[in-house]
Amino acid sequence: MVERNPVLTIICHLILLAGAALVCLPLYFAFVAGSHTGAEMNQVPFPLLPGDQFVENAGKAWQQGNFSRVFFNSFVVTLGIVFGKIATSIIAAFAITYFRFPFRRTAFWLIFISLMLPVEVRILPTYEAVADVAGPVRWALDVLGISSVIATLTGYRIDAGFNWSLVNTYSGLIFPIIASATAVFLFRQFFLTVPDELCEAAKLDGTRPMKFLFQILLPLSIPNIAALAIILFIAGWNQYLWPMLFTTDKNMATAIVALKNFVPVGDSEGGWEIAMAASFFVMLPPTLVILFLQRWFAKGLVDSGK
Amino acid sequence: MQPSEATALKGAPKGALFSGWSAGLAGLLAPSEEGLKRSYFKGTGLAAALLSPQLIILLFFFFVPSWKALSLAFVQIDPFGGKSVFVGLRNFVELFASENYRYSAWLTFWFTITQNIITLVIAGALAFAIDHIVRARYAYRTVILLPYAIAPVVTGAMWAFLFNPSVGPIAGWLHAMGLPWDPNLRPWDAVVLITMASVWNHICYDFIFLTAAMLAVPQSLREAAAIDGASQWRRFRTITVPLVMPTVFYLFIINFVYGLFDTFGIIDAVTRGGPAGSTTTLVYKVYQDGFVNLNLGSSAAQSIVLMALAVLFTILQFRALDRRVNYQV
Repeated sequence: MVERNPVLTIICHLILLAGAALVCLPLYFAFVAGSHTGAEMNQVPFPLLPGDQFVENAGKAWQQGNFSRVFFNSFVVTLGIVFGKIATSIIAAFAITYFRFPFRRTAFWLIFISLMLPVEVRILPTYEAVADVAGPVRWALDVLGISSVIATLTGYRIDAGFNWSLVNTYSGLIFPIIASATAVFLFRQFFLTVPDELCEAAKLDGTRPMKFLFQILLPLSIPNIAALAIILFIAGWNQYLWPMLFTTDKNMATAIVALKNFVPVGDSEGGWEIAMAASFFVMLPPTLVILFLQRWFAKGLVDSGK
Repeated sequence: MQPSEATALKGAPKGALFSGWSAGLAGLLAPSEEGLKRSYFKGTGLAAALLSPQLIILLFFFFVPSWKALSLAFVQIDPFGGKSVFVGLRNFVELFASENYRYSAWLTFWFTITQNIITLVIAGALAFAIDHIVRARYAYRTVILLPYAIAPVVTGAMWAFLFNPSVGPIAGWLHAMGLPWDPNLRPWDAVVLITMASVWNHICYDFIFLTAAMLAVPQSLREAAAIDGASQWRRFRTITVPLVMPTVFYLFIINFVYGLFDTFGIIDAVTRGGPAGSTTTLVYKVYQDGFVNLNLGSSAAQSIVLMALAVLFTILQFRALDRRVNYQV
């Protein structure tokens, strides 16, 4: 601000208040709807003040939706994705920036290409891949003629016995999502800014590469890791398409998928108050993350461009 | 919020992307120095071990499925017998000839363009406003950021409720004004509804980027212009806008990607592609044809079309990112 301009300041505050209202009004109405009984909610005009049924409705939703179990699932899957993505990306970025080996750039390009195709584009074949993880292995053995050799030697048919489906397992919800080109780029970018003298000094002292990674690089990366973990947590908690396809068993659903089952379809009238109450505790974990870790979150978002 | 100096993707192998593939391909096989630290370790075995988790997951869940998607697009599969017949480009010909698909493509185009521009305008106004005030910044920012935490499905559920013709409060007001609002029957209303919900869910994202870009505009430039007697509006127009433009361009592309791929949850919660297929975007159609109607060949062909789009947008995104980084003063 160079000079004071009261008119402009007032206009800006009005714009921001309008923006805040735009954000808050839908949330407020959802809360009002979640705090009335179904009968009260259906009256015309719609009640403008919250009722006293919110805890009641939320309790009902928690019971009906089996939320104790699906919340646990959501936490396991989300933390698995966060941890897995960060771990695999850090070591891959470390290998690409700190090691000289043949096919280094090829490896980098393989990772880079994966950035281009979001999961939504290839849901069907990926579903097949998860339902039959051993498929490519069987195919490779078939092509190489190994399976027929094994069959003649041992009488054991590999293609019959070698089946492995990840549908309805935590691994099936976590592993396909773990490979992340964005995270590899982020860490690679950061490693390139680390002074070369650190590695020189470590090598002079005879430090092994892994020790260098754990004792020098990782402590330096903590701000980046924290920022990325927040973004990944929110994205992981909120994903929908993947868990919806991969869980046919109600006990393996995530919170978001369970919530979706509460939303009334089309013209059916009942059940909105339960759905709205449920949506509040489903959005709670990511909201708390944003409220308490706002500074980190904004940094991570702008850095990773995700 | 600190404006970022280095963006994650700045180090992408752009040399090979934009300056001809030949040099890039030759460089792939030779051990090169590009993007390698001046001080490095030797140890091919260890490097391979470090890379293997990432590459194995990519192989199983990315490369093999993508290859399958490619090969599925050119065959006709009997969903019950599992026999496949090679049919060449017939899936694609049928796809582009189908009225439904052409509608879906148009809908997706207009829907993404519309939500893109509305999101940018609203986020731009908010970022401009927060850049020009001193008080209550933190409070405003916290509130505006909230929707980022809210999943597309939850957003969809809330908006479906607000505008539900029988119980929704906002739908009630519209009816009171004499408007025949009904997204369950009227296609146009349904399209408007998913557009509004998508914008609401995405404003915060653009807002964060634009705020960071405006913060990065050097104060010294503004002050120098002020001393030269430029009004506040003129300073904004001639200093802030040009410096923020690369970020706007970048967001324009990101919003496209969001509209194409990330609105699945909203559509599934609000309209399920209805009424009468009027809100079936390209991604939703892939899901419906593949998982609901079991038309595997067509679904795979649609996946290929989307893949081409995704690759195009990724390349554009990198070019935009490049400019965004280089323009930083």
